[in-house]
Amino acid sequence: MLDRRSFLSTGTLGVLASAFAPRIAFARAATDKRFVFIIQRGAADGLGTIGAVGDPAFAGVRGELAADFASGAKLDGMFTLHPAMTASAGLYKQGQALFAHAIASPYRDRSHFDGQNVLETGGVSAYQVRDGWLNRLLGVLPADEARAIAVAATVPMALRGRREVASYAPSSLPDASDDLLQRVAMLYDGDQQLHGLWSEAMATRQLTSDLAQDGGRNAAATGALAARLLKPDTGARIAMIETGGWDTHTGQRGRLTAQLKGLDAMVASLQAGLGPLWADTMVLIATEFGRTVAVNGTGGTDHGTGTSAMLFGGAVKGGRVVSDWPGLAPAALYEARDLKPTMQLDAFIGGAVSSHFGVEPARAMAALFPATAKTAAIEGLVRA
Amino acid sequence: MSASSIALNRFGLGARPGDTIAGDPAKWVLTQCDRFEPRPPVIASAPATAGISTGLVAYYAQEKAIRAQFGPRTPKAALGMDGKPAVVAPTMSGAMSPAPMSPGVSPSGMAQAPMGPGAVDPVAAARQEARQVIGKQSRNDYGAAVAARTMAALTGDAPFVERLVHFWANHFAVSTEKFEVMALAGPMEFEAIRPHVLGTFADMLNAVERHPAMLLYLDQAVSIGPDSPFAVRKTKRRTGLNENLAREIMELHTLGVRSGYSQADVTEFARAMTGWTVAGIGRGPGARIQDDSRAGSFLFLDDVHQPGDRTVMGKLYPAAGEAQAQAVLSDLAVHPATATHIATKLARHFAGDTPPPAMVARLKTAFLKSGGDLPTVYRALVASPEAWVAQPVKFKSPWEWYVSTQRALGTTTVQPGVTVGMMNQLGQPIWQPGQPIGYDDVAAAWAGPDAILRRVEAAERFAARAGPVDARALAPTLFPASLSPSTAQGLSRAESPAQALALLLVAPESLRR
Repeated sequence: MLDRRSFLSTGTLGVLASAFAPRIAFARAATDKRFVFIIQRGAADGLGTIGAVGDPAFAGVRGELAADFASGAKLDGMFTLHPAMTASAGLYKQGQALFAHAIASPYRDRSHFDGQNVLETGGVSAYQVRDGWLNRLLGVLPADEARAIAVAATVPMALRGRREVASYAPSSLPDASDDLLQRVAMLYDGDQQLHGLWSEAMATRQLTSDLAQDGGRNAAATGALAARLLKPDTGARIAMIETGGWDTHTGQRGRLTAQLKGLDAMVASLQAGLGPLWADTMVLIATEFGRTVAVNGTGGTDHGTGTSAMLFGGAVKGGRVVSDWPGLAPAALYEARDLKPTMQLDAFIGGAVSSHFGVEPARAMAALFPATAKTAAIEGLVRA
Repeated sequence: MSASSIALNRFGLGARPGDTIAGDPAKWVLTQCDRFEPRPPVIASAPATAGISTGLVAYYAQEKAIRAQFGPRTPKAALGMDGKPAVVAPTMSGAMSPAPMSPGVSPSGMAQAPMGPGAVDPVAAARQEARQVIGKQSRNDYGAAVAARTMAALTGDAPFVERLVHFWANHFAVSTEKFEVMALAGPMEFEAIRPHVLGTFADMLNAVERHPAMLLYLDQAVSIGPDSPFAVRKTKRRTGLNENLAREIMELHTLGVRSGYSQADVTEFARAMTGWTVAGIGRGPGARIQDDSRAGSFLFLDDVHQPGDRTVMGKLYPAAGEAQAQAVLSDLAVHPATATHIATKLARHFAGDTPPPAMVARLKTAFLKSGGDLPTVYRALVASPEAWVAQPVKFKSPWEWYVSTQRALGTTTVQPGVTVGMMNQLGQPIWQPGQPIGYDDVAAAWAGPDAILRRVEAAERFAARAGPVDARALAPTLFPASLSPSTAQGLSRAESPAQALALLLVAPESLRR
């Protein structure tokens, strides 16, 4: 994994070197805090990740997807964690994992791309804000600490903006093939049939080469890589990891299990790789929106609204699920199909990040989510 | 697409470097009928039915010797519970197809098979070794035949006729899952289809239905007339009529499904066909003929033929031995439903997945008026404007795509194992459609996301191994006056000559015809 470096977009080798290497002389750590944002692209099923087994409607409406929770870790009287997330269950027990449920960004439609744009820019509608909230977060950190890296081939939207950011791709594909695939995509761009087939082929390829691959070993390697990039004093303070494969329209039971296993392995390897730094680390996991409460005709779920979000880390005031649970009865659903969002993801992220970095909550909200700045950040997510 | 590009790609198998069409493209297509070689050296040197059958006979003898030495094997070997022949015993079928060969096994080693005392299970060991030898031989013969077919497609001077050979081989599909068919599928194409591709449909039909690959694949070789002398004599043996080939001749080879024949017609035709079998090989009554010079030959055994007159589709066929089924076959070959069926499939192959009705009608008329003279039908085909529309009408099958890429690269040598493996990876193993209906000839069968990705991966490999080729210069040769600006731009912006070549091989122009 480490033999392949690609510094794309604003992250050139030069930027990385000047940002990271020569800082040793100034390495007075105002903060040892590390922050990792793991984005779940494709709308992860929050209800399939953290099951509301205590809701009387859950078992009935979820059908076969509810069955897995029989062997999951019981989080409280209402919620049970998916059994694939064993390391996360351990962290929860130690009070280092906090879950939020029935949460959503301000976005209320069901397009992946628009939804991800809102999640990453911190706006209230797609393409309204031009840069990413993680990039703006760099602006509220001490200048010589403001280093971020995307553990990806390109810099994702959340990290794009005024401040330079590096990227580092953990792909094991030969460069030439990657390039050829992109050129083939361009070649087929104007051809309706081939464009459709190719998009599907690439989506499948991402699905199979992502989190679920190798029983999570690939995901674990990415987590370990991120830890290595974050660990040095001169390393990045903020990292973002992209995960795909969450768009489980069909056969969700097996696919989501594999996905969550990979995600769990990624968190575990981050913790292992960061060692003592874990005490100063916060990992945020969030997705653009949730999925339908009911199971569809192909053993999957379709695009929905409310979902779950996760915080991990040594300082997280965890061991609890934060939720104003709306219920799963038909009348309680959003547009009669989705989990109704009762908590704002912006407020959750703003509260978590401000507490973690010791930034005044209102200031953090103004910087990260200017359009919803009046919303109060959710406080008390981090141990005092 | 220009007319030249259509001639090269839709009618032909794709251009080779330097190929140009001087004059009328339609004429270029049709004059290939004068140049076609049914038996070029690459085909003539491929394994033939006779030699393959001799090897099979030797294997059966070996098996028999083992049986004689160690006692009888399980009964029901000749016919399975379902009345279908257990062409190979259950334990063998697994060993035959892609079983790994143990190193060091050789035909000469077979004579010293570990049968002596001291061996743990001498029967099993001896059988295993014999199977490995014949299995390896069959795979080698299969690979050699695939290579021969590919060479003919790459180097022949009549790509339009070569395409028609592939078309007919798929029309008369056999599939290599049965191990005798694995080695004999290629010979059927070379011996029954190539010689008749420019003859009459009746002659081709007759040659195919008498070929051992077909007789074994569709179980005709084991079909026995219930009132034949053989059945009357062997009352204790499980014998009987097998309708498989008779049905598929009517449904797939001639009339077409739901074209007016009944189950009674199928049964009557199957009765008429009893006695049509193969000498020396397979598990049918003809297999007992232990005469090397006849092994693999068509054999009519009066002993298993159902006596009496037959009525098929309202017509009486008097008892006439072998000639009885022959008479039915001759009538089926020129039946109007057959003409419609063949016209539809040819129109689909050259004018698009939804065959234009007017063209089908024209081809049908040509077929019927000429008594099934195939060149007459081909002339009507080439004269059909529906086959010359400028928009590509077909998504290439993996075989079509593979052949066109290798022609584009000027490939003139073929490694059997490489070609067999490539066709497996691309999703269309040669002579292995898995069912007698053959491979589908519509885009829906081939235009899938994973299939395209595999072609891209394959193209990158081809391009990496090709010599220095300038794809930008090659492209107009392959698609004269038909290259899209976006493809031309994609090629010119490629980062290397090899990448440009890979892009050319998977460009929309290369995937369709």
